[in-house]
Amino acid sequence: MSEYLVQFNNISKFFGKVIALKDVTMKLKKGEIMCLLGDNGAGKSTLIKTLAGVHKPDEGEIIFEDKKIIFDSPRDALDIGIGTVYQDLALVSLMSVTRNFFMGREPQKGLPFFRTFDIEKANKIAAERMGQIGIDVRDPSQAVGTMSGGERQCLAISRAIYFGAKVLVLDEPTSALGVHQASMVLKYIVKAASQGLAVILITHNVHHAYPVGNSFTVLNRGRSMGTFKKDDISREKLLSMMAGGEELNKLEVELKEMDRIASN
Amino acid sequence: MSVKSQSIESKKETGKDERLKKISPLRVLLNRPELGALGGAILVFIFFGIVAGDTGMFSAYGTLNFLDVSANLGIIAIAAAMLMIGGEFDLSIGSMIGFAGICIAIPAIYWGWPLWTSIIFAFAMAVLIGYFNGIMVVKSGLPSFIVTLAMLFILRGATLAITRLITGRTQVPGLRVLIEDDPIAWIFATDTFQWLFTWLGSMKLIELRTDGTPLATGIPPSVIWFIALTLFATWILMKTRYGNWIFASGGDKVGATNVGVPVGRVKISLFIGTAVASTIFACIQVLDAGSADTMRGTLKELEAIAAAVVGGCLLTGGYGSAIGAALGAIIFGTVSMGIFYTDVDTDWFKVFLGAMMLIAVVFNNYIRKKVTETK
Repeated sequence: MSEYLVQFNNISKFFGKVIALKDVTMKLKKGEIMCLLGDNGAGKSTLIKTLAGVHKPDEGEIIFEDKKIIFDSPRDALDIGIGTVYQDLALVSLMSVTRNFFMGREPQKGLPFFRTFDIEKANKIAAERMGQIGIDVRDPSQAVGTMSGGERQCLAISRAIYFGAKVLVLDEPTSALGVHQASMVLKYIVKAASQGLAVILITHNVHHAYPVGNSFTVLNRGRSMGTFKKDDISREKLLSMMAGGEELNKLEVELKEMDRIASN
Repeated sequence: MSVKSQSIESKKETGKDERLKKISPLRVLLNRPELGALGGAILVFIFFGIVAGDTGMFSAYGTLNFLDVSANLGIIAIAAAMLMIGGEFDLSIGSMIGFAGICIAIPAIYWGWPLWTSIIFAFAMAVLIGYFNGIMVVKSGLPSFIVTLAMLFILRGATLAITRLITGRTQVPGLRVLIEDDPIAWIFATDTFQWLFTWLGSMKLIELRTDGTPLATGIPPSVIWFIALTLFATWILMKTRYGNWIFASGGDKVGATNVGVPVGRVKISLFIGTAVASTIFACIQVLDAGSADTMRGTLKELEAIAAAVVGGCLLTGGYGSAIGAALGAIIFGTVSMGIFYTDVDTDWFKVFLGAMMLIAVVFNNYIRKKVTETK
């Protein structure tokens, strides 16, 4: 058995003439957090959808636990243990915490044809799971709409883990959150990885990625610019590798210049 | 009594998770979608109790009368509500009623089919049409408003054309004689609890005709169907996996698909549900009147949607209840009949219907904001 839990080798995806992804390779071990960085349009969304089974790669292969895998649907990816948490979280804000937690995979009880959704059991599990993350769900039948953004994110991650995710794909989990909420989510991601999950964290925010990531893959215009261990690369280097990094550097220089003039 | 209930209370308390703070029953009630409709229904009954309390509206006969009207509307309103919770509309309900009516009447009268086969035929057609509506909406991604609006015209036109082609008229009478001895028709045409009404009559507790038989002969079949469907729909929505899928499909189609809910299948089944409910409505009315009319059910789709909305369904889907829709139907049925017992001109009924709906939408919108408010 190879040391990697999951490998994505030379993945390419074309939409007509558009090359959305070209030769992207990523390898993950258990307990590893890989951050996938890239600016808007770098191909992050296409890559996620390929990992989640929404798109089929046109080239390349996915190897999971030493077996070559072909996904026909998102369900297949879920079934082998790739849990994807999309940016929209797949949460329905008008529905309760429990009903969201078990959406699509409701526990049932009773005789055939009279099977009912075992809501007591579901409530208990949902409250328990949320409690483990330190979110006090006072009432699991309260609507998800009453929760904060960070709590919703954690709910979605917790749901993916509960339903057997071994590889967790997180799409911009912190992009819409404030500092406090974002750190709460990041803390939870580190905790999940420490329990043996492999995490792919997709973000364009280097400041969120750098503290938690073990390795970093930078995506630019559909191509991978390489994967770097944390020790081999600095935050500033990462930032400048992403498209727009240079622009930010320029901006910084300009601002310094302005500062200098102002202080004179 | 008080001691007993206390011990049960304390047992419940200790069994609870200590993290769960107790929420007041009022708060629970406020979070229920049918709250507005319940309040509305109570207001309506208080109003007519005062205005028409001594007119016979609330006699056995009068009560069954407005319950019958409410129940008929309720049967389609519940199906419409479930579809709305699933995030779609069906504007073809009224036309489906007319179409189902002639699907029963023409084979039975003109082709010599036994009544029960034509009833089964009507339901089979309903399943087909519902499936077609559903598959069109799901596969094309068009708004169900447009797809079912088209179906509204197609079905009404076909009903008229086919009926005139075969019969030369727009009405098909003569069904009443076929009901007796039919193995299925009684399900839609029998007054139940007749013994109770006979007994009440013999005790002189309810009004009698001049020949001594009670004026109200039994609970009409519509009311039984209405109660059964309300319970069934509520059970599905609150207690089953499929119910959770309905809420999920209406609340967030993309999200639900991503976590593995078969949104397409759920929606198609709900469209079949409204078509089948329309056919139940048609069976009851056609067998009661003894004739099918091509115009039967006209505008019923809008009344059904109005009742569902008053009952707390959001137009955007994902929220609502079957009990709410049932209460909405009771409000409309009660007012439409009750207005005859007052001095108010019946022309005002539609004004009331519209105003009620407007108030309900504003109220529901407010409730939704409350429910989803960030703490």
